Amino acid sequence: MSRNKSDSDNRDMNNDNNKAGSAASLYSLAGYTIARKQRSLFYRIKKNKISYIMMSPYFILFFLFTVLPVVMSIGLSFTYFNMLEAPTFNGWANYTKLFLNDDIFIVSLKNTLIFAVVTGPISYLLCLLFAWIINEFRPKVRAFLTLIFYAPSICGNAYMVWSLILSSDRYGYLNGILMNLGFIDEQKLWMQDADYILPCLIVVQLWLSLGTGFLSFIAGLQTVDKTLYEAAAIDGVKNRWQELWFVTLPAMKPQLMFGAVMQITQSFAVADISIQLAGNPSVNYAGATVVTHLLDYGSTRFDMGYASAIATVLFLLMVGTNKLVQRLLRRVGE
Amino acid sequence: MARQRKINRSVAGNGILFTIMIICGIFMSLPLVMIVNNSLKPLDEIFQYPPAIFVKNPTMNNFTDLFNVMSDSWVPFSRYIMNTIIITGLGTFGHVIVASLAAYVLSKHKFPGQKILFNMVILSMMFSWTVTQIPNYMIISWLHINNTYLALILPAWQYGMGLYLMKQFMEQLPMSLMESARLDGASEYRIFWSIVMPNVKPAWLTLAIFQFQQMWGNTGSMFLRDEQLKPLQFALQQIAAGGTARAGASAAVTFIIAAVPIIFFLTCQSNVLETMTTSGIKE
Repeated sequence: MSRNKSDSDNRDMNNDNNKAGSAASLYSLAGYTIARKQRSLFYRIKKNKISYIMMSPYFILFFLFTVLPVVMSIGLSFTYFNMLEAPTFNGWANYTKLFLNDDIFIVSLKNTLIFAVVTGPISYLLCLLFAWIINEFRPKVRAFLTLIFYAPSICGNAYMVWSLILSSDRYGYLNGILMNLGFIDEQKLWMQDADYILPCLIVVQLWLSLGTGFLSFIAGLQTVDKTLYEAAAIDGVKNRWQELWFVTLPAMKPQLMFGAVMQITQSFAVADISIQLAGNPSVNYAGATVVTHLLDYGSTRFDMGYASAIATVLFLLMVGTNKLVQRLLRRVGE
Repeated sequence: MARQRKINRSVAGNGILFTIMIICGIFMSLPLVMIVNNSLKPLDEIFQYPPAIFVKNPTMNNFTDLFNVMSDSWVPFSRYIMNTIIITGLGTFGHVIVASLAAYVLSKHKFPGQKILFNMVILSMMFSWTVTQIPNYMIISWLHINNTYLALILPAWQYGMGLYLMKQFMEQLPMSLMESARLDGASEYRIFWSIVMPNVKPAWLTLAIFQFQQMWGNTGSMFLRDEQLKPLQFALQQIAAGGTARAGASAAVTFIIAAVPIIFFLTCQSNVLETMTTSGIKE
């Protein structure tokens, strides 16, 4: 990434300043004081006034509506707060309870990790694969195909479809098909049987996965320079798979990074489909995830301090995963 | 151009890919098919058990039902539509501009604090919004913008995803593009508006799709108390919640709630796909 440049590059983008900076390093003795002055923080901030002005609308709102609430939530995680009375400080109590005294949290953490490890990478690859295949079609067909594949994300009635398919009587499509084919003798209670809940939810989640990442990949593919493909063909790239690995993917690395972050935030925060299809709490907590557990405490039991502690742990988990994934993605195309 | 690009393609490969597309496409289009069919079903088919996917005797009754309910609502329905246009329109347009401005600076300028600010935006996306809702409500109350459009619009302008998406696309633009404009004496705002933004058109059209969907789905019931301020989504969901008596109207509501973002999606997406077939801006 371009941000990891050397220190000298890291000074300023404005032309005059860049020139002055390199001149100062040439005449090291005479220019020493000037260089120091330029490196001083205050000078650099003043020099880049326009940058700060341009991003101020965003960041003022960002601090107000995101940073402040997040900081407040982390603060609340060290308190007991029932949303009616003022929060009372109770130190690490929420965290110790979370890890030492809450069996359901451990179950939900395990489920979330299974979810993330299975659906995260597969969803990501599916987004990429379908975006790439769709890009092979003519532009008019492309818009239509994109709509078809994005449909589950835009329609918002995924639960309706899947509750029909996974319905627990013999009229449920899945039961019906399996019984007609003779795989099972009597209907399965897909969403009430602890053995099936998690696998079924994973399938539904995969079906829902062509969302944000998918659209950003499609947009990213549009910006890949077409002449690169011709050059690659001359250089001896033989088939479309090589083309994908050596040309397309390296050219859309920024989008790949974006897609990965979105994928992490989505697969660790799975809750909606579990609540809608399996209920909250689900049978034997088989469909419990960290976020359903959080919602249980936050909106049902009115223990916001504890819910905030769960959110903080989940946050740290995602940050760690993100670090790992970004490191992997730097190696694409090498 | 489209012909030329298809180098390195085998017939067998094409065949495999098309088959995958057809099988998956049928699965993925299920929700669309169901919404359209349900909205056309007469009442007896809606309540039929086991439910069928396809409609047998299509009728427009559900829509006439819906329009009847709409026409005797307490607040005139045009008012809800107006509210939605303001909230969704400003929420989407404002976010694209504000986030792109910040993304431009973060990707193409160098200044102290840049890296920290950007990392904060990325990290913020990983914090569960469920628990920040209460602090958020408190902040909106402190600002005295509760029960105004601003309570929905201003927080929508600072979603982290938009900035991140725009920044990733702008990073790909060559520096030379901006440098030559700078030498010609163009101001930073001008460079942003007439050089950077046209070159990342697929990005901001995609962002507009996401943001529109988000704003359109917002019922605003957390912050808006006055019935006159509430958006269409709220009114429609109220109708749909009418139970058995309104099952028909409710199916029509589901159709409309899905149709609006789909129309917006198709408009934007066809532009995303059109713009770049002719471009060659990269180095």
